[in-house]
Amino acid sequence: MSAEELLRVSNLKVYFTQTRGVLLRHGTGIVRAVDDVSFSLRRGETLGLVGESGSGKSSLGRAILQLRRPTSGSVLFEGVELTTLSGQRLRRLRRKTQMIFQDPYASLNPRMTVGRILAEPIRLHRLTSGAGVRRRVSELLHLVGLNPDFAHRYPHEFSGGQRQRIGIARALAVNPSLIVCDEPVSALDVSIRAQLINLLEDLQQRLQLTYLFIAHDLSVVRHISDVVAVMYLGKLVEVADSDDVYEDPLHPYTQALLSAVPIPDPDLERRRQRVRLEGDIPTALDPPSGCRFRTRCQYAQQRCSDEEPALVEVRSGHSVACHFWEQIAATRSAAMVKEVS
Amino acid sequence: MARVLEVRDLRVEFRSRGKRVRAVNGVSFHLDDGETLGLVGESGCGKSVTALSIMRLIPRPPGRIVEGEAEFEGRDLLALSDDEIRRVRGNSIAMVFQDPMTSLNPVLSVGRQIGEALRVHRAMGRLAARKRTIELLEQVGIPSARQRVDDYPHQFSGGMRQRVMIAMALSCEPRVLIADEPTTALDVTIQAQILELLKRLQGELGMAMILITHDLGVMAGVADRVCVMYAGYIVESAAVDEAFKLPRHPYTLGLHRSLPNLVRGPRQRLVPIEGLPPDLANPQPGCPFQPRCQFRLDRCANENPDLEEVTPLHAIACWVDVTGGDRHTGQPRHPGVAVAG
Repeated sequence: MSAEELLRVSNLKVYFTQTRGVLLRHGTGIVRAVDDVSFSLRRGETLGLVGESGSGKSSLGRAILQLRRPTSGSVLFEGVELTTLSGQRLRRLRRKTQMIFQDPYASLNPRMTVGRILAEPIRLHRLTSGAGVRRRVSELLHLVGLNPDFAHRYPHEFSGGQRQRIGIARALAVNPSLIVCDEPVSALDVSIRAQLINLLEDLQQRLQLTYLFIAHDLSVVRHISDVVAVMYLGKLVEVADSDDVYEDPLHPYTQALLSAVPIPDPDLERRRQRVRLEGDIPTALDPPSGCRFRTRCQYAQQRCSDEEPALVEVRSGHSVACHFWEQIAATRSAAMVKEVS
Repeated sequence: MARVLEVRDLRVEFRSRGKRVRAVNGVSFHLDDGETLGLVGESGCGKSVTALSIMRLIPRPPGRIVEGEAEFEGRDLLALSDDEIRRVRGNSIAMVFQDPMTSLNPVLSVGRQIGEALRVHRAMGRLAARKRTIELLEQVGIPSARQRVDDYPHQFSGGMRQRVMIAMALSCEPRVLIADEPTTALDVTIQAQILELLKRLQGELGMAMILITHDLGVMAGVADRVCVMYAGYIVESAAVDEAFKLPRHPYTLGLHRSLPNLVRGPRQRLVPIEGLPPDLANPQPGCPFQPRCQFRLDRCANENPDLEEVTPLHAIACWVDVTGGDRHTGQPRHPGVAVAG
């Protein structure tokens, strides 16, 4: 494993002002979509970012790429601070950071042929010109498993899976090192999804790509990620190696999330003891005091509403933001022993 | 167990740009009292069209039920007059849809929408309907139902809206509930709540349920029996345990192998089903899955196999049987081997 750090995000905040009115526009509140998030990502690795809708995972992805400027905090990419860059210099670095979107149809211009869609970033960044562009477009199509003759076709002529391949080819057109994949396979059917996951894995190997993989499907994230970060209401609540998060989750939210995932095994489903999570995710407009998960947490105590838990590395490479993770782990293993005997 | 619903040889087609799209191609299945039948398959396989046809909700034009029967309480639903089917719909057969926001009327309070079914089908007065509506909202777990009965759909979260839809569907205590991707738009923790609610209510009311989903995990946790659909055909039908542990149709096996695993440890490469689903406007001779099938024989190109039982209650539409069993004796040569691969 290479240890070179490609991306370091520190204390990143993304706040949105909620407004009302048209003529007399005024702020009615602040949505803390991403609130003080820090993590780092090594070259060639995949960090899976999971959380439910409204947890702020997409806002985080966009803020890293400077598609939306963060409210505060720092994003170091290859040692360069992105949050203060602008103009030419930002554009030059953008070449190395690309994004793949959830809905490939909405993110491809319906009036442009696939060839033009792929040629545009190559021309904009002046990577090559003339016949070189055409050669590169064919190469890209081939790379993502599409027939190079498809360059003359329009997005509507393709299936969902093929369109996502085009989205991937467009991201690859400028030789990026970091790709933020925002729910790249969520809109696809199971059999097609597996094709795309394999493709993303192959491309990562061949081109030494680093992925920030945002998804709500925990099985997909486990499959593709080296490290997993769990997000709840704008905060990271747990970060660890993929296997550690799934085999030994320490945060009560991670535990509840994993136990809610349906498993395609009828036997297992019948035997499973579910951690039930009541209610909905609270609004980020007015998050609970202290620990944001406390309103749905079965272990919550007074301290949880008084004091916000920090994300602390409690074991090597395993961080959790919970005051009572140790006690919870002890209770859980006692329960498991009882279940076995 | 008494049979509640028997669908025989259902064929449905749509006209699209002058072409006939054969969405459902001779589907037969039955539903017994109190059981849950799962219809599983990818987009365009005909699972929703099948359900809508039973409810006679296929828009016509462009859709048309070409032939078939759906026998319910001694009558063929497909032959009823519009007036007669209206008395069944929402009364003895009810339906829950994927997106509660688009299936609820945004300008009517939820109480009025739930009450409508009671007033129409049960001839209840306004006050009686309101009282029953509050009971229903309590039954589906909406907190402070008495206050919320006058709220509008946008004032509810996605999960709560789906509870409202369920309350509406259950208002007349149907014998059959058809749930079409009821949790697909929801987060996993909310999905777990809704599935648990559906299972609980099914037990309390003794209804039979048809659950339509593309999620094999959901299927494993809820269904008693499973029908796997592909290109408008049922290709495999079995009890849930057999369908997951001993799938016999190459497509079912392919779906299982395409899934990333949440539970098992070592990361394996996914085995996708190569290629794309067929164009239903341009049907080819032979088995519709044959172009993507790795078990294909010569005869598959010309002869489309009927759905036939290979063992009691386990039927496939395939010449092969991937367990290596004989299509006629049904004895697997290598039991279990198929899934482990």
